[in-house]
Amino acid sequence: MTSTSIKLNETPQTRAYLSLADDALILGHRTSEWTGHAPLLEEELALANIALDLIGQARALYQAAGDLTGHSEDELAYLRDPPMFRNALIMELPNGDFAFTIARLFLVSVASDQQWRRGFDDPALVAVADKAMKETAYHIRHAAEWLIRLGDGTDESHRRAQQAVDTLWPFTGEITAARQTWLDAVTPVLARATLRQPKDGWMQSGGRSGRHTEHLGHLLAEMQILPRTYPGATW
Amino acid sequence: MGGQTNGVAEGGVMADRATTLWEVFVRARNGLSHRHAGSVHAADSEMALQAARDVYTRRGEGLSIWVVPSAAIVASDPSDKESLFEPTGSKIYRHPTFYEVPDEVGNM
Repeated sequence: MTSTSIKLNETPQTRAYLSLADDALILGHRTSEWTGHAPLLEEELALANIALDLIGQARALYQAAGDLTGHSEDELAYLRDPPMFRNALIMELPNGDFAFTIARLFLVSVASDQQWRRGFDDPALVAVADKAMKETAYHIRHAAEWLIRLGDGTDESHRRAQQAVDTLWPFTGEITAARQTWLDAVTPVLARATLRQPKDGWMQSGGRSGRHTEHLGHLLAEMQILPRTYPGATW
Repeated sequence: MGGQTNGVAEGGVMADRATTLWEVFVRARNGLSHRHAGSVHAADSEMALQAARDVYTRRGEGLSIWVVPSAAIVASDPSDKESLFEPTGSKIYRHPTFYEVPDEVGNM
């Protein structure tokens, strides 16, 4: 007995909701993978807190999207196949080392923060943003302070942080529509971290239209296996 | 769950070698004093503050946090116990038990 995947007839509005929600869910899931593996107990809890913030944001957004699509938050999270996910590719990349995790969290959180603060016409999104912007402000603070210490730390931590930023940079084209505003917030932190800011060149894309990396399928297999194997399971 | 082993082995060592221990004090409500909540490891004061927030205020316990390097705490010597604390044991008149507290006073 398995659950069949759902397909949605998306409107531009539902797609906008799902982009926000899927970004939060997929990055939240990735962040939660550090549970039991973080370098310090304190960081373990910090990352778990951040993961829970993101998954909470995703839930609120799926509930709002559910009002438009007629699907529950669980159906939207657990019963869509990879091509139906609208998250940016950067969210699904494997965690890599701690520097990669922190660099991604920083680059993404700056974009999210600006998005929440830019405001929405839709009252449901305004309500989500009002709560989320406080959480995201802390995610930026946490990730930025770590990035500064890794970049301006030892030779090894600097090398890893620089490598992370270089690898992530081509994936940052999908996370903001206001590039210059985003750069204005990112550049000073990279400078304090003594990290070289990569030049804007060719950018990866495809996540918003459902063309994902091979990593998303593996992530969803793990995330979705329980509700798909035991439909309606409760605990 | 793959690709995240890098931080594990190194992190365990790092925690022992390089990070300072901080004592955490949390004030739960206005009007109360900061109470000792526990300790965290962190490399510097900003990270200590964040660690304290993440470890000790997850359930809405806090309005304000202090972090203090554990090494800055001056503690009494356990062997001084007799001279410091035993003399008070025989001074029962210092306890407010020799008069009735009117009900109207409420909690004291």
